Amino acid sequence: MPGDLKDGRIVIVGASLAGLRAAEALREEGFTGSLTVVGDEPHPPYDRPPLSKQVLLGRAAADTTGLPMRQDPDADWRLGVRATGVDPLAKQVLLEDGESLPYDRLLIATGTRARPWPNPEEAALEGVFTLRTREDAGGLAQRLAAGPERVLVIGGGFTGSEIASACRERGLEVTVAERGPAPLVGALGGTLSKLAAVMQRNHGVDLRTGVTVTALRGNGSFTGAELSDGSRVDADVCVVALGAVRNVEWLAESGLAAGPRGIACDAGCRAFNMYGIVTDDVFVAGDVSRFPHPLFGYQMLSLEHWGNAVEQAEVAAHNMVNPGPLQRPHLAIPSFWSTQFGLNIKSVGVPTYSDHVVIAQGSLEARRLAMVYGYKGRVTAAVTVDMAKSLDYYRHLIETAAPFPPPPGAADRAIAADVPIPSDVPDPKGLSHGPTVALTGYLPDRRLTLVQPG
Amino acid sequence: MQTVVDLTRCQGYAQCVFLAPEVFELHGEEGLLYATAVPDDQVERVRQAAAACPVQAILLGEEVSVGAR
Repeated sequence: MPGDLKDGRIVIVGASLAGLRAAEALREEGFTGSLTVVGDEPHPPYDRPPLSKQVLLGRAAADTTGLPMRQDPDADWRLGVRATGVDPLAKQVLLEDGESLPYDRLLIATGTRARPWPNPEEAALEGVFTLRTREDAGGLAQRLAAGPERVLVIGGGFTGSEIASACRERGLEVTVAERGPAPLVGALGGTLSKLAAVMQRNHGVDLRTGVTVTALRGNGSFTGAELSDGSRVDADVCVVALGAVRNVEWLAESGLAAGPRGIACDAGCRAFNMYGIVTDDVFVAGDVSRFPHPLFGYQMLSLEHWGNAVEQAEVAAHNMVNPGPLQRPHLAIPSFWSTQFGLNIKSVGVPTYSDHVVIAQGSLEARRLAMVYGYKGRVTAAVTVDMAKSLDYYRHLIETAAPFPPPPGAADRAIAADVPIPSDVPDPKGLSHGPTVALTGYLPDRRLTLVQPG
Repeated sequence: MQTVVDLTRCQGYAQCVFLAPEVFELHGEEGLLYATAVPDDQVERVRQAAAACPVQAILLGEEVSVGAR
């Protein structure tokens, strides 16, 4: 039997980073059967991080961010066609054009899409953008190059903050409306988000916190927005940066454990069905998955991280073509980066899985620091600002469940490191944008309630 | 040719900026921007940058070919 796993028919749904890396890894693992990759966008896989940076800065065209191949996976690419369902009994993926693709094993890597502005009429105003695809970025970059009077960014998460940063670098006036008390609060907690707020204001961003946008105004074209504090922002471009929605709707009839937090799978990337029974022919990877992580209490993690898409795709591919005893778990430590306002922010672990933080190196004043997060006396995350070389060290502390606060010698600020302060991680239920890591099981101190879609 | 940098790995050593300044550029103290589409006359430099990167974060390769079938 094991030999058969290297042959047969594999279908990958999702033609972005995770889909591409899985396809390559399947061939590297010796898969010789037929491989089909389905993607709803018309383009071959492309890289998204440059869209909110190089592309908005006008240094790269949106259509030049195609991903390089490590090797040609010799796949049948079905691009520009949406998958509409899975028939798990007949083992077929259904496509919108009526065709169905039979599979022996299926990999779901459909990722996420931008959360749209909830009012469709307002969202349709000319000048209102989201930022997820190549087309989004191209259109927005063109508008920024034309020199708008003011840009309104709704949402101060990583994407919103990077957009605001690019606007300021282009000399454009920009307003950021954030529902929480500061930008990035959902991802980094209250303490570090204060630095983010200072950075934005120092760079001339009109930052409004503790407010929501209640309406977008315009007659055909966007002219401004009304805020919950009764104020109004006049702007001619609006970017809705309210986080992402996981692309799971097409699986509604599939019997898989697919919901708004993603598709649940085991540590080996094997999808669960709706009864919590693991499948052995359906696998999941990338942003659309949620999986249990032993370092974070086996909570289900949902990550929107570039590195996770790569690593999980490789684990999924390995497990698709190897028998049970040779399968591997996906245990990678969550890790992400952002560049904004001239600062390089990097994170390892899960900052939201914390009760306290210490500044272990540097300081807020120096705009250069390493902040270590702990939960119940154990290091669970670290965030560096312009200190990327320190990150591996903290990754090691997280992997080895080192005591928190970190031991002396790890810090150049002994006193600050000895006095943990609350990490001030907000309740994710109250967030207006995704924290990029969502703990979808339970929080350290409280249980979450089930959220139904729609 | 296309390039992508695994910025999860990147630690800001800036060897790439030194070796292929037309493709790689620092943004602030240690953030990195790069041209995803590598001009032909820069391919060899990017190869050198990829080899020199202390954390091996640079991948250079052909863009995905979607062969007609």
